[in-house]
Order: sequence, then structure tokens, then C-alpha cells
Amino acid sequence: MRVGVIDYGVGNLSSVLRAIEELRVVPVLVTRAMELSSIDRMILPGVGNFSDCAALLAAGGWVAAIADEAKGKGKPLLGICVGMQLLADYSSEGSDVPGQKTAGLGLIPGRVDHLASLGCNLRVPHVGWNEIRVQGSAEVLLTGIPQTTDFYFVHSFAFVPDDPADVVAVTDYGVEFAAVVRRGNVWGTQFHPEKSSRAGLRVLGNYIRGPAC
Amino acid sequence: MLKVRVIPTLLWKQFGLVKGVGFDSWRRVGPVLPAIKVYNQREVDEIVLLDIVAHQTAQGPEFESIEEFGGDCFVPMTVGGGITRIEHVQKLLRAGADKISVNTAAYETPGLIAEIAKRHGTQCVVASIDVRARDNWRWNCFSHAGSNDTGRDVRQWAREVQDRGAGEILLTSIDRDGSMTGYDLPLIETVAREVSIPVIASGGAGNYLHMVTAVREAGASAVAAASIFHFTEQTPAGAKQALEAAGIPVRHPFREVADAC
Repeated sequence: MRVGVIDYGVGNLSSVLRAIEELRVVPVLVTRAMELSSIDRMILPGVGNFSDCAALLAAGGWVAAIADEAKGKGKPLLGICVGMQLLADYSSEGSDVPGQKTAGLGLIPGRVDHLASLGCNLRVPHVGWNEIRVQGSAEVLLTGIPQTTDFYFVHSFAFVPDDPADVVAVTDYGVEFAAVVRRGNVWGTQFHPEKSSRAGLRVLGNYIRGPAC
Repeated sequence: MLKVRVIPTLLWKQFGLVKGVGFDSWRRVGPVLPAIKVYNQREVDEIVLLDIVAHQTAQGPEFESIEEFGGDCFVPMTVGGGITRIEHVQKLLRAGADKISVNTAAYETPGLIAEIAKRHGTQCVVASIDVRARDNWRWNCFSHAGSNDTGRDVRQWAREVQDRGAGEILLTSIDRDGSMTGYDLPLIETVAREVSIPVIASGGAGNYLHMVTAVREAGASAVAAASIFHFTEQTPAGAKQALEAAGIPVRHPFREVADAC
């Protein structure tokens, strides 16, 4: 099993890499899009600004490569935080022009919006530990995770999938938003599993060791 | 519901952890790495690690040490001290820091917070503000680990760092630091009202009740503390029990459930 962490130029990959090592798996740092074909499970991290991340994905030739592997070959993909948001069609983040949108990977139909514009009137960013509520049947990714388990969140924007069926778990912070999404072999967590202590390591372990979809 | 975080603050000076009173009279506490390991095992909510002498040299943060410290940390770690350039931030994030605390550089390099926020997101920047009381309900901000009065009022400065893109404020009362006599509640309340980003109360915690009042009466989003954890029997887990008993939501340690099949 080759678990690849996509290094497309954003910082802070060491936490994800260390968490995977903690699960006794040697992660592969994937620095070129062409290397993705040799990976069995892809992890797309993301930190900071959606449009900056999207620009880096485009510049590195990652957009087509990731779509090819995830959509074309059905290879598992897990997006974390902004990496999850990048799975969407577009985001309103990062544009200096109001109303302008930045395109995402379009692997899970939906949009990314600021928490405040979704109705949250609490302090933003949403920083800290918050609980998730699993909707519907227990998912592979959340095996062993009880309802209301706390995970570590740090974000100002949230993913709103077009199809509610793509939302696996929700979290409430002034507004209910998607904490975990899934469409087929493509997963995303708004929280940081690599920084959510043992609960997060369990989620990463589920992804790495679970069935492909 | 979002939980109130209890955050141990680790002050790091050359070879180990220290803790002082009023940003002075430093006592040795012990080595850094075992402290981080223990806090990680006990599943603390977050760790703040501040190098209190890094600003005295031109070399910037000690990246190699931080990489070693972060390797065993699976909870969020905020790192501060000696950061003056965006390159420092990138290297710290690569070394395992999750958030960057900026203090002195925010005064000296006005564009730094905005640059970090633009490059890595507002959630990555924790503006650390150290203050001393000037008179009733007025506080001045100090840079260089509390040694230099910037002349800035905390309300104005808190607003400014928020506008520049800080995602959180770590608000430390130098007057209360190490005193264990309780947080400066008017200070926390003043800043929490001034800004819409989370405010972490710091400086003065001596018992669990101090933490309860910082949250309930002053509006802190999180409580940071050092002496109480270094020098007393009180623990982050105990603090969270006390907060919960007072009706404040806290995070519980993870309990795995057996697989369904």
C-alpha cells in the first residue's frame, strides 16, 4: 500500500506525514503530478487560501492528474481542510472581487462559502475542538468513531455540497456545515485528522487501511 | 458545539523550559521534548511553544529543535519567538508548527501578519500581545518579551492585528504573569469586545476557578496557563473537569468504539 501525500507547494505537510508514520505506514511525498499513478491512496492537504492552493494545483499540472486518478481510475482520495474544499466546483474565497469565484477540482459538486455568509454569527475563524454528528449509516472513514467525537477545526470557509447525500457528518458552529464529505472513492474532512490526537489517527488509519470505496 | 480549549504554554529558553514572574525571574522547569510528549499523551487540546530569547539573535527560530519537538505532537502546536520574515513562517510550518505566533515582529514589520495571512490563511496567524496596565481599563502593549513599551493601546492594537489578518489573539498580562492570582479579567473582556476573532486568555491562572471566570465573565475563547501546570498538582484534564462542572463545554478524551463487524 503506497499512501501518497500530494506536495503541491503548500506548507505544513510534516504533520500529515508524521501522523501516517505513527500508523506504521511509510508515506510517499508526491512532488510531481506524474508520480501519482504509482500511488494507491492519495491525500490532498491544504492550508491557507483556497485560490492560492488552486493556483498551485493548476501550475503543477495536478488538476488533470488528480482527476485522472480519482475519477478515471477510481483511486481513493482524501482532502483535508482546504484540501477538502478544493474538491468542490468553486469557492468564493481568495478573490478580491466580490462575487467572483475560484474553480476547484470539481470532484464533489458544490461550493465553498465563508461561514458568516452561511449564517454563522460567532467568532471566525472557527478554531478548536468541535464535535461531529454522523448522518446516515456508519462510513468506512468513521469506523470506531462514536457520535459527537471532537476533532480539531481551524477554518473560516465551509464546503456546501449540492447533493446532501455527499455529506457524511456535520458540525455545528453557529450554522451546521459539512465536517466530512464523500462521493464514491473521494473523501474530505474539514477538520485536521493529523492534529486531532487519537481520534484523528483513527480516521487516517481507517482511510489507509479501509476498503477502497 | 465548539469546546473551550485549555492550552499549556511552554516557554523555551536556550536549553529547556522556564517559567518566570512578570516576564522575569526565570525558573528552570525541565526539558522541552518530554513535556510535549506527556501533553500529547494526555491529549491536551493544544500546545503553545514560545522561544523567549529568539528575538535577541538575528538567526530567527531554531528550526531543527522545533522539528524535533513537533514530531511527537498530534495536537495543534503554535510556535512563536524570533519570527521576522515570511521565510521563517514557511520553515516553521514545514518543521511541524501548525500556527505561528507573532509578537515583536508585528510592531516592527507591519506587513508581516498580512503576508502570513495571505500566504497561509488567517487561521495560521496568532497575534501574541503582551500588555501592562497603564491605569484603569487601559493597557499598553510591550514588545521584545515584555521589555519594550510600544506606547500602543491594547484596544487599538488588537483591532489592528485583526484587520491585518490575525486569526486569534494570545493576550498576556505581564502584570499577572506567574503571579497565579488570576487572569486580568477587565483586560480580556475589553479585547474580546473589541475584536471578533478568538481571544486566548493568558497570564495569572492559579486555579481552575480563574479559568472558569476568564471564560464565563470575560469572554475568553480559550485559556492558556503555565505556572499552574508546572508548579502545582493541577492539570489540563483537571481544568477541563472544572470548566465542565461550571457548564462550559470542553473536549473529552477520545473513546474508541468497537468495530461493528
